[in-house]
Amino acid sequence: MAQQTGAEPVLKLTNIHKGFPGVRALSGVDFRLFPGEVHALMGENGAGKSTLIKVLTGVYSIDEGTVEMEGKRLVVHSPQEAQGAGISTVYQEVNLCTNLSVAENIYIGREPRRFGRIQWKEMNRRAAQLLEERLHLRVDVTLPLSEYPVAIQQLVAIARAIDIKAKVLILDEPTSSLDRGEVARLFEVVRKLRGEGMAILFVTHFIDQVYEISDRITILRGGELIAEYKASELPRLELVSRMIGKELTMLDELPKTAGDSRMSDDHAAIVAASGLGRKGAIEPFNLSIGRGEVIGLAGLLGSGRTELARLLYGADRADQGKLHVEGAGKGGVHSPRGAIDAGLAFCPENRKTEGIIEDLTVRENIVVALQATRGWFKTISRKRQNEIAEKYIKTLNIHPPNPEQLVKNLSGGNQQKVILGRWLLTQPKLLILDEPTRGIDIGAKAEIQRLVMTLSREEGMSVLYVSSELEEVLRVSDRIAVLRDRVKVEEIGKEEMDEQRIMKAIAGGGGA
Amino acid sequence: MTGDTKGRYATGKPTSWLNRTYKHHLFWPMALWMALLLFNLFYSPSFFKVVVREGHLYGSLIDILNFGAPLMLVAIGMTTVIATRGIDLSVGSVVAIAGALACQMISKGSDQNAVSLVIYAVVMALVLSIALGLWNGLLVSITGIQPIIATLILMVAGRGIAQLITDGQIITVSSTPYQYIGAGSLAGLPFSIFLVAIVFAISALLTRRTALGLYIESVGCNPEASRLAGIRAKTVMIIVYMFCGLCAGVAGLILSGNVASADGNNAGLWIELDAILAVVIGGTSLTGGRFYLTGTIVGALMIQTLTTTIYSVGVKPEVTLVVKAVVVMAVCLIQSEPFRKAIISRWKTRRYPAEREVTRHA
Repeated sequence: MAQQTGAEPVLKLTNIHKGFPGVRALSGVDFRLFPGEVHALMGENGAGKSTLIKVLTGVYSIDEGTVEMEGKRLVVHSPQEAQGAGISTVYQEVNLCTNLSVAENIYIGREPRRFGRIQWKEMNRRAAQLLEERLHLRVDVTLPLSEYPVAIQQLVAIARAIDIKAKVLILDEPTSSLDRGEVARLFEVVRKLRGEGMAILFVTHFIDQVYEISDRITILRGGELIAEYKASELPRLELVSRMIGKELTMLDELPKTAGDSRMSDDHAAIVAASGLGRKGAIEPFNLSIGRGEVIGLAGLLGSGRTELARLLYGADRADQGKLHVEGAGKGGVHSPRGAIDAGLAFCPENRKTEGIIEDLTVRENIVVALQATRGWFKTISRKRQNEIAEKYIKTLNIHPPNPEQLVKNLSGGNQQKVILGRWLLTQPKLLILDEPTRGIDIGAKAEIQRLVMTLSREEGMSVLYVSSELEEVLRVSDRIAVLRDRVKVEEIGKEEMDEQRIMKAIAGGGGA
Repeated sequence: MTGDTKGRYATGKPTSWLNRTYKHHLFWPMALWMALLLFNLFYSPSFFKVVVREGHLYGSLIDILNFGAPLMLVAIGMTTVIATRGIDLSVGSVVAIAGALACQMISKGSDQNAVSLVIYAVVMALVLSIALGLWNGLLVSITGIQPIIATLILMVAGRGIAQLITDGQIITVSSTPYQYIGAGSLAGLPFSIFLVAIVFAISALLTRRTALGLYIESVGCNPEASRLAGIRAKTVMIIVYMFCGLCAGVAGLILSGNVASADGNNAGLWIELDAILAVVIGGTSLTGGRFYLTGTIVGALMIQTLTTTIYSVGVKPEVTLVVKAVVVMAVCLIQSEPFRKAIISRWKTRRYPAEREVTRHA
């Protein structure tokens, strides 16, 4: 469509190099972005996408290379400077102040003023107008952002970015927490902006979305540029194989449904919830999970999936109902620590805020849960810690394979593997995975799904698998519990499991 | 091959000896402290003189150790608190309270020189200090009040409590065993140094030989992730505040033992600020996470050296605080990496003014 190959690129990067201690994040990458196009930046975890974006937005300084904007050399030292130069960004993890109001978040730093005083009414009016007109989003802009789900927060971040008079808009995984309707709405906005001549850099893992909206695709792998393509001239399979550097058969190799070989008469429930619930989070529900069983939780964003998982783990307290966990004392499970002692493990949805402990090393992040259950004095010797770290780095294929690397320097998928390692080390009976594949690449996705199947089948570990990707849930689960509007509406066994059936359950509304 | 790889893991990537030294967390605190000592070497050579009189060592260096002991103790406790993202402003008040209670109990005794009485008084003072730390810890972890506010309560109220204990008077004692804590000497060295060594050794053992150090760093880095990983974050917080209280209590005993009196108003005044400074100079970030006990000790020694230097150089009393502030500011700037980089890059551009001209016109 809006291919302007003859025109000057608005943004041109040449021979960019960037390294971190022990990691070569970018080596010799070229990249160009034209006005009025949507350009997808593709690559696996650790390919250097996030680094490239942080270079563009002034978060990182480059070791070598040049950045030109509209033909002029551009050097930015901070996101503020980048914004000033016309580059706005919406990050993968929402980067807003959740304790400020929606309007404040949009106008922070550039509030409408008169005589030096902020005009609150004007600001709120403008914010509401902006959200309604450009994103068709109607919310109370005076409420704190934390009152809204992640999806809304993401849209607010986009609103903030497009309201600044930007020439370049960078969308880093903007759709990873949006449901279908919200994605469509976002794309509507993106198309409109493209029509207005904005250059849009789009990073995602959803291949469908890439083909739906992009004009051009640049592929990175291992910090190096593979090539730039027109989206219309690059077949999907080729895209994927270029990204991972080998023919993609990984996902196809996985059996379509798990557990065919599992004993189906094994009914020993290791976790049984009856009437368990928490006001404002999830209505009372019953759920039992047997040994070696993989239960999928399906439902839209905000349907109560995470809330259910957190209640089982004791991360939030239930205010009604009973939870029986095999191996837990009479009192049941009331805290994460109690849950761990009873043999539960939980990979939370928000990897960055609830999962990894950023400034600690990979080794420490892996041993921390086991050490927590052992108490102060039964320490794990440094030698043993090293062995453990080496073992999980190897089995989970963590990159870079350095146990002393700070975990914050790893890519998202590798961070997720570190957290998985942390829990596998405790040898749990039930592993709760909340969105384990969010924001990670297809190779790592396949690895994690395969791991889930191996664990349940060969080691008899039960898994509660929460994901917004229905396909994934279908693939791994023996049984699927469907949630809608904070209520567990249905439980679907393997024999009736198909996409249509589950979609109907998710959508609900028997009439019409 | 494997041995080689392991060696590389330990440092991140192969680096020269010099580079490793430069990157070590003790490099800047040590370098700055050495610079200060070097200044003294030229300015007042007598600074380094240590003489033996009646079996005791005397000299500026010994004074730094002796007068720096309370600061080092308070700073050790403060390090663990700061590592959990907290801060304890009440340590100065706890110093005053501990001294007040001990002196009050001793002064009421029939024989002030009785060792049993002194031990009883010391134990009670320390128990009270730990209880005050518990109070802080409960406020921070259970009620969720921000540490700076939670400990501000005791910082303000604590002076009043100390006054209550001493009935608003400055209590003096004449108890040889009690004075020994602050002014005695053992093997020629001030006794207080041994107290610091013991507390330092215990805290180092507890944090590095048990898992407590990992818990503290983990909680300081990300409390919610730590809780979900099974660490009892609240318990860890309460423990560090209690430990900080204990350290302040010991410091209070040294300070009041040294002058054989308890002054509820002035004992340990502003020590919390010096302690926080020592922790930060030592390399521990106020945002929590990694902490460095040795760095803290170096930081505390540096601050005490600075104080002593200012006196020995003969700065007028009315400007000592200004001089101290200027030096502290310089120290903090030198330790700041962005500042160093900015200076270096400026210096580099200045060397090639022609090149700068070219880029401007390009």
